[in-house]
Amino acid sequence: MAEVLVYVDHVDGAVRKPTLELLTLARRIGDPVAVALGAGAANTAATLAEHGAAKVLTDEAAEYADYLVVPKVDALQAAVEAVSPAAVLVPSSAEAKEIAARLALRIGSGVITDAVDVEAGDEGPVATQSVFAASYSTKTRVSKGTPVITVKPNSAPVEAAPAAGTVEALSVTFSAQATGTKVTGRTPRESTGRPELTEAAIVVSGGRGVNGSENFAIIEALADSLGAAVGASRAAVDAGWYPHTNQVGQTGKSVSPQLYIANGISGAIQHRAGMQTSKTIVAVNKDAEAPIFDLVDYGVVGDLFEIVPQLTEEIKTRKG
Amino acid sequence: MSLRIVVTVKYVPDATGDRHFAEDLTVDRDDVDGLLSELDEYAVEQALQIADEADDAEITVLTVGPEDAKDALRKALSMGADKAIHVEDDDLHGTDAIGTSLVLAKAIEKAGYDLVISGMASTDGTMGVLPALVAERLGVPQVTLLSEVSVADGVVKGRRDGDSASEQLEASLPAVVSVTDQSGEARYPSFKGIMAAKKKPVQSWDLEDLEIEADEVGLGGSWTAVDSATERPARTAGTIVKDEGEGGKQLAEFLVGQKFI
Repeated sequence: MAEVLVYVDHVDGAVRKPTLELLTLARRIGDPVAVALGAGAANTAATLAEHGAAKVLTDEAAEYADYLVVPKVDALQAAVEAVSPAAVLVPSSAEAKEIAARLALRIGSGVITDAVDVEAGDEGPVATQSVFAASYSTKTRVSKGTPVITVKPNSAPVEAAPAAGTVEALSVTFSAQATGTKVTGRTPRESTGRPELTEAAIVVSGGRGVNGSENFAIIEALADSLGAAVGASRAAVDAGWYPHTNQVGQTGKSVSPQLYIANGISGAIQHRAGMQTSKTIVAVNKDAEAPIFDLVDYGVVGDLFEIVPQLTEEIKTRKG
Repeated sequence: MSLRIVVTVKYVPDATGDRHFAEDLTVDRDDVDGLLSELDEYAVEQALQIADEADDAEITVLTVGPEDAKDALRKALSMGADKAIHVEDDDLHGTDAIGTSLVLAKAIEKAGYDLVISGMASTDGTMGVLPALVAERLGVPQVTLLSEVSVADGVVKGRRDGDSASEQLEASLPAVVSVTDQSGEARYPSFKGIMAAKKKPVQSWDLEDLEIEADEVGLGGSWTAVDSATERPARTAGTIVKDEGEGGKQLAEFLVGQKFI
């Protein structure tokens, strides 16, 4: 069976969930070969093997952390040359999309971004994309070269599928461009203890109706009762009530969780663009005419300051 | 020495309009109004601020698109850019990201540049890959997704806020920069700016001017193919209840039924 390269997104050896989802998709097309780069790369092997990686190619050179994007493109190019894969799958994070695009151009291949599903087809892998604020679903193929496809989080289940996970050192020669953009400082984001917004299975969001940064505590309490990430609409972010890193929408982050709970969010098109592919949508809003109610599976018209704490209590009670 | 800034902008269908596909599965641009992609306004704004700080700078806005795309250029000119380049050619219809990066890179080289500034993504395709592709084509550093950017002494510096860390970046010019919507509120064109924009030069180039063959771009030259586009069925109407004091509990019941609790 053909090999499929999977680019591993990890932090010091801890593999992020979207990469494990990619391994599920990669197995539909061929034998997954994972590429892990940077400090702790070899530590990813056990987790990757457990989820189906037949082989793990690693390189822990300092260049991956010291310079932006290009060293990783060089490494993936070396991996493509070493393996001759049927496809390359990459998570749809901002950085990984840049890596995927540059790789595709270099190896003379087409690139597809933000797939929500990938399956085998007669003429190679077929990617499903969700476009125009999820009003359309398209099927797209790469028609030239080795398909390079980036996949959004929550597009496939994480499945255990033990494989060999043999670790091999990847030999990389860095290009002249590799050292072009220096990373002169790095401040790790302070952990909130909550899941990352784009990867979370459940997202609880607040908007204009939350009416103040101090009131976001009730949104956070609901999120914590569900083990969810916290999101915010642009109105809430622009008002300074919640950080931009949590903004869901056209100019913020696109999320596609199993469950999305919108609180005090009217559902402007810009917000819908960022959350409409959520599997189940729930809204609490005092305005019965709010456009968000057109999208919901379940909606409650009423005061979020009454409803949200009641919901949180009920969840805590039921979870005991 | 003058700092030559090229800002790439895109004319996109208005997201509040009814966007759909044409028969050839390209975006139908006839039925919906277009405008300058909102995220590109931030790129124009940063170009204006960088130009203000420089001794001598010139800002060229560049777009690739049909006749109407001139509207996006006019908007950028009315904000304060100096001149514009419009790449327009019937053979460009249906060009994918890789092909578009070729056209942009050739046009940027022909225009002459020290710094390219782009928005982080378009608000229609939202791929966010063109700045990286253009940097790869031009063989210059990419300093992308910046929330903060400054240029001094031939060096561009910026801050990139990622999921797990915030990074400080630095590269020598020439370079390709992209900025996020956190880089700074974009200014509104003044009446004076709008009037002045009408007199600013807009140059038109076609594929021949850029020495690009027709088969390198367009639907035929794309390295990706859209096989189908299906309108998503309207969501079946959900259950909507009015809170009579038990709204939170009812919602919890629903979540239990869906196995979220």
